[in-house]
Amino acid sequence: MAAFVLRRVLWGLLLLLLVSALTFFVFYVLPSADPAQLRAGRSASPQLLAQIRENLGLDRPLTAQYWTFLTNLVPHADLGYSYYSGASVGSLIVDRLPATISLTVGAIVVWVLVAVPIGVLSAVRRGTWIDKLTTGGALLGISAPVYWLGLVSLYLFADDIGRWPLLPGAGSYVGITEDPWDWFSGLILPWLVLASTFTAVYARLLRGSMIEALSEDYVRTARAKGLSERRVVLRHALRAAITPLVTLAGLDIGLLLGGAVLTEAVFGIPGIGRLSYDAIVHADFPVIQGTVLVAALFVIVANLVVDIAYAYLDPRVRAS
Amino acid sequence: MTPVVEVEQIVMRYPAARGVGLRRRHLADVVAVDGVSLAVEEGESLGIVGETGSGKSTLARIMLNLLEPTSGVVRYRGEEVTHVRGAQLQALRRERQLVFQDPSGSLNPRRTVGASLSDPFAIHGLLPDRAERGRRVAELLEQVGLEPGHASRYPHELSGGMRQRVGIARAIALGPRLLIADEPVSALDVSIQAQILTLLRELRRELGLTLVLIAHDLAVVRHMCDRVAVMHAGRLVETGTVEDVYRAPRAAYTRELLAAVPRMPQSSSSSST
Amino acid sequence: MNGAGQSRLVVEDLRVAFDTRQGTVHAVDGVSFDVAAGRTLAIVGESGSGKTVAAMTAMGLTRGARTRIGGRVLLDGEDLLTAPAERLQELRGDAIAMVFQDPLSALHPLLRVGAQVAEAVRAHRDVSRASARARALELLEQVALPDARRRLDAYPHELSGGMRQRVTIAMALANEPQVLLADEPTTALDVTIQAQILALLRRLRDELGMAMVLITHDLGVAAETADEIAVMYAGRIVERAPAGELLTAPQHPYTWGLLRSMPRLDAPVGAELVSIPGRPPSLVHPPSGCRFHPRCPHVRNRHREVDPPLATTAAGAGHEVACLLPEAERRALWARLGAGAVR
Repeated sequence: MAAFVLRRVLWGLLLLLLVSALTFFVFYVLPSADPAQLRAGRSASPQLLAQIRENLGLDRPLTAQYWTFLTNLVPHADLGYSYYSGASVGSLIVDRLPATISLTVGAIVVWVLVAVPIGVLSAVRRGTWIDKLTTGGALLGISAPVYWLGLVSLYLFADDIGRWPLLPGAGSYVGITEDPWDWFSGLILPWLVLASTFTAVYARLLRGSMIEALSEDYVRTARAKGLSERRVVLRHALRAAITPLVTLAGLDIGLLLGGAVLTEAVFGIPGIGRLSYDAIVHADFPVIQGTVLVAALFVIVANLVVDIAYAYLDPRVRAS
Repeated sequence: MTPVVEVEQIVMRYPAARGVGLRRRHLADVVAVDGVSLAVEEGESLGIVGETGSGKSTLARIMLNLLEPTSGVVRYRGEEVTHVRGAQLQALRRERQLVFQDPSGSLNPRRTVGASLSDPFAIHGLLPDRAERGRRVAELLEQVGLEPGHASRYPHELSGGMRQRVGIARAIALGPRLLIADEPVSALDVSIQAQILTLLRELRRELGLTLVLIAHDLAVVRHMCDRVAVMHAGRLVETGTVEDVYRAPRAAYTRELLAAVPRMPQSSSSSST
Repeated sequence: MNGAGQSRLVVEDLRVAFDTRQGTVHAVDGVSFDVAAGRTLAIVGESGSGKTVAAMTAMGLTRGARTRIGGRVLLDGEDLLTAPAERLQELRGDAIAMVFQDPLSALHPLLRVGAQVAEAVRAHRDVSRASARARALELLEQVALPDARRRLDAYPHELSGGMRQRVTIAMALANEPQVLLADEPTTALDVTIQAQILALLRRLRDELGMAMVLITHDLGVAAETADEIAVMYAGRIVERAPAGELLTAPQHPYTWGLLRSMPRLDAPVGAELVSIPGRPPSLVHPPSGCRFHPRCPHVRNRHREVDPPLATTAAGAGHEVACLLPEAERRALWARLGAGAVR
């Protein structure tokens, strides 16, 4: 076990290194705004620009800049400073993390609570109106772009611009420690919107997985034992069908923790996704680098967790 | 007389590990074949009998160079062929063929029967003329008891027995001298089994084949073979003529195998008394 | 017909048809039999004979939108075919149980075997988890699973084929059923293990006084374990007789075909196998008249038109055949065939 985890951790670190190098060089290869220009403002004089450039270290060769970045990062965990605001990248990220985590965790809860019963029900009542309804709903959920859904939900339910003002509108996020109720109500719409695509996909996936499980021989055995249909469906079929979903969910969570950019943008939630979006707009490279690395880190950790979880869920994998 | 196939001290060892990722532990190697020496004479029919894990299928594949043994020697017509490769191996393939157990798994479901049967010719660069290939395919189909019209069918359109006939046709297409049949009838119904076994016997007579039959069914081996080799856990336990081994088995395992076969009551009018 | 012991399972004119895109498949077309306590009936047939469908239907496992079921299946007088789902659940695994062909796929891959056996107990008996587990251990020992205590917590893939089948048998016997249906219980197993499992089934049948129905394609297996054998073809029973009699003095050409196409250890070396010509018939459009007529070497014109019912033979109650040939002729034919004639 220890050897396995160690190996994965080392690979993860190598991967993070590669990601950082790639981002670094891509940033300079792709056309983007000049960060010094953006920092200085419209009416900056050439001397000011040059000064800013020198301050930010932008006049040095690329490799030198990268080396400085690495030597700051590894021993000091220093991700540098934002070109735009001057704040430390590390502190920016830490500030934004709670919002993203709140958003992600809530969305997961919603999508699991909704997708699992729907998936099971449509498999068991295959071909009936329930199945057809959920198929249609799933199609809608998958095809509707998240920002569109977000905007529509705001236009319908936001208390500032909505038709039926029920819930707080965009930009109303507050930290859970400040006001739990406001935190909760402000996230309801974002949770529902973010969860919608995933719910649809997972419900369909579970449906397929359940249909397959229900046709397996061990389900026939369970019925032959005289078990109640409920036990057959839940303890035998669902138990087998859920494994691939759990691993997929783990990976999706890893991705979401890196920032659900569109949802955060539409609802004005100050999370990592929003942070990276703003950074791109301002060509704020250190922040971009920071958010990309954090996102990569989450994905790598999620992969590791998922692999371990899978071995516990499916004993056959342990033996092969 | 030089035996057609001879294997000497064949050992096949697979490293084994348990668990994946986190819990990977290395165990003792799995020894599929543990020092087996066997010779198959020209024109005879040899049965290799054993249960799961006896190593019989592995041994058959080693005989045909489908697997390379960990150690040991394989000879074909007196020449050593253990590590033969490339063009030499290709040439040998024409002379030695395998009939598989699962007729549906060994035929490409996306190709018609005719196409699958023409493949051997195309691969070995024989019969470049399409019309001639078509004729030969029709001939092969008739030889195995099918109709020329079956060439345009797909495997899933045929019954299990018919698919096995196609498998046999493919195996004899290039005119091999040695045919190894690995459990050729285990996946078939009883009445179809008899048809396929009879077909194999006839083809052997007609084409002068040397046949090695791998089976777990002792009665099938007794019916089809002159000699039998009994394998257990990778080792060769006993060899001899069918008469000798079945009537007076020397090894304890052979006796156990024979004792396990269900007994049929004697018919008062049967001819075996 | 039954000897000692009353009939535990009585099947009357069972019919099962499936509506498919290719048409209606008449899988079981009028099958009747009964089994007494402590006795074994082997139903022998090839693929498409309907033997598995008949057994699964008795357990209510074929109910569905596209299935049409007729006839009666009486378990100690109660008709299983018309029983409501809840009643069926009560009876399955308790009064009537089934063992399936492939133990690896019949057991749940992600649950430990001890838990699966204990589940069978708790489904019908109100006992604590601990008692169910103790009972599971008892059952695993009863089926002679080696090192049972340790194996309680094993997963199915950690056991060999023979051990897995012992587990499924333990599961089926958990509540001491009166009737046990075993569908090809040894087909997936090696011959030495097969012998052990068959011996186990015989012993348990005697210990528990069960009525056992053994479904198999292997006449040898039937010979070893059955008191009575019924041969099925194209959804019908074509012959039924006490085991010894059916195997030594059969009266249906299909049974003759089966016996003569089997390689046997007691036949002379190199004897010819006589196979049954042709292939099993379509169950969507079965042949007219006698269903076996297209493959029968002794067919007459009348056989293409008249469908023979299962009728008692002069051999006595207990031996029934569905054949239009006169009995005397059948006996003569068998005498010749048995003596080595080809036709």
